[in-house]
Amino acid sequence: MQKKKLVAGLLVALASMAAQADITVGVNVSATGPAASLGIPEKNTFALMPTTIAGQKINYIVLDDASDTTTAVKNARKFVTENKVDVILGSTITPNSLAMIDVAAEAETPMVSMAASARIVDPANPKVKWVFKTPQNDVQMSTAIVEHMTNAGVKTVAFIGFADAYGEGWFQEFSKIAEARKLKIVANERYNRADTSVTGQVLKIMSTKPDAVLVAGSGTPAALPQKTLKERGYVGKFYQTHGVANMDFLRVCGKDCEGTFLPAGPVLVAGQLPDSNPIKKVALDYTAKYEAAHGKGSTSTFGAHAWDAGLLLANAVPAALKKAKPGSKEFRAALRDALEGLKNVTVSHGIVNMSPTDHLGFDQRARVMVVIENGAWKLLK
Amino acid sequence: MDFQIALLLGQDGITNGAIYALLALALVLVFAVTRVIFIPQGEYVAFGALTLAALQAGKLPGTLWLLLGMGIAVAAIDLALAVRRGTARRIPAIVGWNIVYPAALTALLWLVKPAELPLPAQVLLALAVVVPLGPMVYRLAYQPLAEASVLVLLIVSVAVHLTLVGLGLLFFGAEGSRTPAFSEGNLEIAGLTISGQTIWVVIASLALIVTLYQLFERTLYGKALRATAINRVGARLMGISTTMAGKLSFLLAAAIGAFSGILIAPITTIYYDTGFLIGLKGFVGAIIGGLASYPVAAAGAVLVGLLESFSSFYASAFKEVIVFTLIIPVLLWRSLTTRHVEEVE
Repeated sequence: MQKKKLVAGLLVALASMAAQADITVGVNVSATGPAASLGIPEKNTFALMPTTIAGQKINYIVLDDASDTTTAVKNARKFVTENKVDVILGSTITPNSLAMIDVAAEAETPMVSMAASARIVDPANPKVKWVFKTPQNDVQMSTAIVEHMTNAGVKTVAFIGFADAYGEGWFQEFSKIAEARKLKIVANERYNRADTSVTGQVLKIMSTKPDAVLVAGSGTPAALPQKTLKERGYVGKFYQTHGVANMDFLRVCGKDCEGTFLPAGPVLVAGQLPDSNPIKKVALDYTAKYEAAHGKGSTSTFGAHAWDAGLLLANAVPAALKKAKPGSKEFRAALRDALEGLKNVTVSHGIVNMSPTDHLGFDQRARVMVVIENGAWKLLK
Repeated sequence: MDFQIALLLGQDGITNGAIYALLALALVLVFAVTRVIFIPQGEYVAFGALTLAALQAGKLPGTLWLLLGMGIAVAAIDLALAVRRGTARRIPAIVGWNIVYPAALTALLWLVKPAELPLPAQVLLALAVVVPLGPMVYRLAYQPLAEASVLVLLIVSVAVHLTLVGLGLLFFGAEGSRTPAFSEGNLEIAGLTISGQTIWVVIASLALIVTLYQLFERTLYGKALRATAINRVGARLMGISTTMAGKLSFLLAAAIGAFSGILIAPITTIYYDTGFLIGLKGFVGAIIGGLASYPVAAAGAVLVGLLESFSSFYASAFKEVIVFTLIIPVLLWRSLTTRHVEEVE
């Protein structure tokens, strides 16, 4: 009996020592459910991340929220109460990330989201003090599309998007900017990710004869409206969002997607960037690591968002370590301050300059326009 | 909206409706024979389409491993039972269907290059992989509970559905696939272009419905299924094995599901979880038929397809709302017009 107690005591002591010495990172991704095509590359990316930063061992705890908001909150609670994490990374999608903000703020734990919406780091919300994110805002991407459209002489545009937060968010941002630039939106249609036919929506779009069509979907489901439009003989311009930037989209859409324009993070066309661009080196480093583990052509911009979250940590942790020991409330606060103070950090999607009012920190360098040519992404100069 | 658009929408609605009709028939069949509300019906659609796509991409489909695994599980249970009950003569059949067949199929797919075969051979191989999963699912999940209440069987269905969707994600990944069309040609009737695949879908659906009708009317097995559907105890007294009837109905349901998936894979992109929504729309059709009448279920499913197509033109954001709200007036009408006899459980 005595011996057992001794062993148990030793184990507890060891565990607490480990907890004191190591930095614990709680990762919450949507690796199953509707957002799986985004969450899986992110999950794969965490497996490639460094296990030490500035000599400190990093423990990653990776959980899956099944693209479900309730599970995301549950996971976040588990991180702060059971695992006592120093930082939370996640989630993959906007609704889940928004729901996790409360938990992060309550536990005073910094959180880095990998979801797109600008609302996640809206400076008007005081809780956002603890929240950062890595993907570009929809506004930045919408501006790029509208700019390209007006330069190409497009006067009327039809919109078709997912019947969910992604499509709705895009329509709101896009319609605002389009209106300001005198671009007329002649149709506004919705469809579901799992729909087998969009003939009705496509016929309606064709009856309004738009100069261009913008499809706001993510992954391979975004190919369906474009394929149906081509089938029905539509000859205008096509625009997609950065949600489609993976190889599977090119595979499914095939020749129907030739000549499609989309905005994307520079990592998508890293090899084509000029050598003078500092992003090139960082982005190529990521694609090389990811493709070594998962095969050629397997990188997507979504996994790169996760990688960028890791890069932010790698830059912020050394400063925080000077102030406090990992596992403490002071360390979490120091890490938050360090993240907010990041300046000129090059990540695979751009160059980050954080400030108290900007917890994303990207500028124009974080997006490029890309065209699909011969079944591959091509950088538009 | 002009006449041309109405025709196009009608054509689209009938194509989708034909698929929903097939699934509605399978759902009615399974429910009538086994009292199982077969939620995983849609998974066979996705498995059929994605297995074919995997074969065409020159990969071994993940469903093959599922077939091998489930075969071993079924064989283990059945062999243990056979030994305990002393029915040794059943052993060759158990081993043959559950171990030798999947192993032989695996060897065949390993040796020949499925990607280079003609399309009909690929379709047959895909069916050969997916269809046996039907009776195996029945053996593992439903047969031990065959006498349980409809509610318990429904709960099991939910569990099977979630398991199969999860396995689908594991096998095929989150992104979808398309397969090439059966024929590239288009048909032009009165200025309306109809794609070859649409014609394939409608003709194949009709042919399948006629075949099912013949099966039920003319063959001994079909009659056994009908007898079980009408009166389980009575059928047993007449020497019809309800286990056999259950397995047979699941075999047919899996075959219909997988074939539907193969039919629509060239028209749309199929994902690991596409099947659920398609199956649900077939279910709305089956409900219109009161889960009992085959012709009304098929007609109801075509109605669902047309409603979906026209509402996607007028109010695309509310399409699903409109389609699934259809179930409320139907249920109201049914509960007002039919006298309900409480099932003794």
